[in-house]
Amino acid sequence: MLDTARIYRKNDMSPERHVEKLLSRIRQDTLNSFVTVDEEGALRQAVISGKAIEWGDEDLIQGIPVAVKDNICTKGIRTTCSSDILKGFIPTYDAHVIERLKARGAVILGKTNMDEFAMGSTTNTSNIGPSRNPWDMKKTPGGSSGGSAAAVAAGLCDVALGSDTGGSVRQPASFCGITGLKPTYGTVSRYGLVAFASSLDQIGPMGRSARDVAILYDAIKGYDKRDSTCVPKNYAATSLDGIDMKGLRIGLPDIFFAEGLSHDVERSVRFAVSVFRELGAEIVPVDLPRIRYGVAVYYIIAPAEASSNLARYDGVRYGTRHGDDKDLFEMYCETRAKGFNSEVKRRIMLGTYALSAGYYDAYYRKASQVRTLIVEDFRKAFESCDIIAGPTVPVTAFGLDEMLDDPLSIYLLDIYTIPANLTGIPALSIPCGFGDNGMPIGIQLMAPAFMDHIILGAGITFQDHTKFHEVKP
Amino acid sequence: MSDYVSVMGLEVHAQLLTNSKIFCPCSAAFGLDPNTNTCPVCMGMPGVLPVLNRKVVDSGIKLGLALNCTIENRNVFARKNYFYPDLPKGYQITQYENPLCSNGHLDIEVNGSKKRIGIRRIHMEEDAGKSIHDEKEPLSYIDFNRACVPLLEIVTEPDISTAQEAVAYLKELRQILMYLKICDGNMEEGSLRCDANISVMKKGAGILGTRTELKNMNSFKNVQRALDYEIERQIRLLESGREVEQETLLWNTSLGKTFSMRSKEESHDYRYFPEPDLIPIIVGDEWVERMKDTLPELPAARRQRFMELYGLPAYDADQLTQTLDLADYFEQCVHLLDSPKEISNWIMTEVMRVLNEKAIDIKDLLVTPSMLIGLVDLLKKGTVSGLMAKEIFTEMADTGKSAADIIKERGLEQVSDEGALKDLIKKIIEANPKESSQYRAGKTQLLGFFVGEVMKASKGKANPKVAGNIVKELLEP
Repeated sequence: MLDTARIYRKNDMSPERHVEKLLSRIRQDTLNSFVTVDEEGALRQAVISGKAIEWGDEDLIQGIPVAVKDNICTKGIRTTCSSDILKGFIPTYDAHVIERLKARGAVILGKTNMDEFAMGSTTNTSNIGPSRNPWDMKKTPGGSSGGSAAAVAAGLCDVALGSDTGGSVRQPASFCGITGLKPTYGTVSRYGLVAFASSLDQIGPMGRSARDVAILYDAIKGYDKRDSTCVPKNYAATSLDGIDMKGLRIGLPDIFFAEGLSHDVERSVRFAVSVFRELGAEIVPVDLPRIRYGVAVYYIIAPAEASSNLARYDGVRYGTRHGDDKDLFEMYCETRAKGFNSEVKRRIMLGTYALSAGYYDAYYRKASQVRTLIVEDFRKAFESCDIIAGPTVPVTAFGLDEMLDDPLSIYLLDIYTIPANLTGIPALSIPCGFGDNGMPIGIQLMAPAFMDHIILGAGITFQDHTKFHEVKP
Repeated sequence: MSDYVSVMGLEVHAQLLTNSKIFCPCSAAFGLDPNTNTCPVCMGMPGVLPVLNRKVVDSGIKLGLALNCTIENRNVFARKNYFYPDLPKGYQITQYENPLCSNGHLDIEVNGSKKRIGIRRIHMEEDAGKSIHDEKEPLSYIDFNRACVPLLEIVTEPDISTAQEAVAYLKELRQILMYLKICDGNMEEGSLRCDANISVMKKGAGILGTRTELKNMNSFKNVQRALDYEIERQIRLLESGREVEQETLLWNTSLGKTFSMRSKEESHDYRYFPEPDLIPIIVGDEWVERMKDTLPELPAARRQRFMELYGLPAYDADQLTQTLDLADYFEQCVHLLDSPKEISNWIMTEVMRVLNEKAIDIKDLLVTPSMLIGLVDLLKKGTVSGLMAKEIFTEMADTGKSAADIIKERGLEQVSDEGALKDLIKKIIEANPKESSQYRAGKTQLLGFFVGEVMKASKGKANPKVAGNIVKELLEP
């Protein structure tokens, strides 16, 4: 994105020309990364941006082609969440982040593929089929923001927006060799993000470099009174100069390097840590004793909230309706039985169960209490370090057909990413190497709430000294 | 029958008079064209979020203070999950654990004896839309204008024993809501709705019987009828050796019966959990104090003061405090003229009559307190007779003219001038020799006859008191 902004100003290429080039690549896309492409709208904005830049507009976002995950509402552009139940749903409103980007002259290319309602780690549950990893067409790009990650990695867009509820920005970023941020909960308005699990969801920027991600993050963050969980505070711009690693303490929790971590991922992450050490960082051990319960807590809280958030898809007011000729109860049943795939239904049932009379205390309440303990773990850990580092995912991208029938194993892959959602802290995944199979590997950096600029700065500094993010598929 | 006692608790939903809805900026007004007063938020579109209207909390705190409740410091909203077409999100945002107000009470009076009804809780929540069923075709329509309109739910302890007490409680509560100006109290239009939980048990049994929940009673009269009916139905069941089923019943006004809506097995598991889209709202002492400062004198206190300060009978005090505006009207009058009982009589008779005839509120009455006092003053001075005053008042209410203007226009001044009256009375005595001689012979009851003749002859303008004195003076030795 930063390169594109410079090229625009050097008159080497106009936004219109750049967008045309991307649109033609998207037309030939074999990755299945887009659900909907808005060629007309994108070109219209590209022309306007071209004029603005001619007249001296310096805004880095002006004319930048952005791909948007299909669960972020775009006025006049179909927003389906890769679900049959919202097939043909056209919002009458823009999400807050889209308003922000449009106001700065961003070009919305279209909507990217995802796991249905963001529930999944592969995009396999999309109603238009899975996206593919540009590094290996037989492998998954990860998920749920897999379409966005694949599109960025394959150069179909400059940057993209994803959403992250348990790792859905960071895991595909790691799998596709790009940079992705899950911002501090409450720094980016969720208005217009189709809710999966409200207390965990956060829209996140994805790009080929930490600088691009920082610029996009600055563009979308900030207070919005339409989201009550959005934090009203002054948000300073993130420095694009990186940060001095001297004296910065990076905590390594043992639990992030325990059983289940594949050796090539461990090797790359430890290498990245050594880079930080050479840059002057102090590596310290930290203890996060209770994050081993993270996955269990997440798979109670997220489905519970989802079971309620997805109740509105009932065939009454919008979206797909089945069983119109039958009575109300059967219409509900048919609409939801046919409209949702099995993973969504599985989570709705899990969540409904966890909230049921007689089970609430044992599941939802207990999970909420443990969540508070995990928050406490991180608070303590951050007393002795500034950043916590570890792998983003225990493995590299796997085959499209692998683990299809094994939801539990897939759930366990979220083990490193889930804690940031449960605690609301920011987490960044940046490329740090390649696995034995040549697939990208990401390192995850976490910081205390509202310290997004610290991990972005560390990411920028890291990338100024490494080339992993510049390798293209 | 009298071997049984009934135990009831009421759940009242009061629609609030805020400008906008509880979680979106749409107007909370009533009666607009269907679905014209909606937005993506109250329609439950994908991706939208609720934002709390703090005026709703204001209203809740006010009512809580008026009902002697404890105000919760940390308020959390919850989702109540169930499917219904008029519920856009598939859940209602309400409060579950830690409601805004709890542990209060309201004193009522039935047949002259006082009773304290405990208030278990008051919480804030959103209303649902309205389903409209086509009577000819199997079609239903939904109007979402009402979706997301703010409600306070007021739940009593099971302290109510009779339908009469229930109605007394409701009336008192409604009056308070209206005094606080947070609800218009209109039961027919549904801005005040009442559900009841009812059970009966044998006297001295000590164990509550199975309860039923009764809905759809949209007037005081229906509450009375429905509760009486349901109590009797439950007693009849028990008397005949059967059991009361735990179920939700609907009152059918035209048939005068309750009907089963759903049984216990069909009842929902609402799966309450904290609403993650809203942050906890902290109601600190400062907020509570600020609301306390806005509280008006409440109906009970005002009734008491009217009796003590103005020496009014309980009945008068009760009538005059029915609404805040009426009570204010009365007090404005009393400030202008220190004759509370006389003013009270005027308001309870002539003012009320005109309000009823015109079907208007006191604030729409053309006769202002100072105008009414102007009339009462003329009456006291004897410028007009009582009969004429009533006539003049009616005209004042029709035209908005002052009493003095009407009297001038119609030449209605009462003739109290003794000279003028004496001539008239002399003529009447001459014209009625038989009665005159009877009076002189001691039949003084005929005084009324003569005064009547004077009034007739003067077309009602004569001051009857003055006329009577002259008759006496002329006929008595």
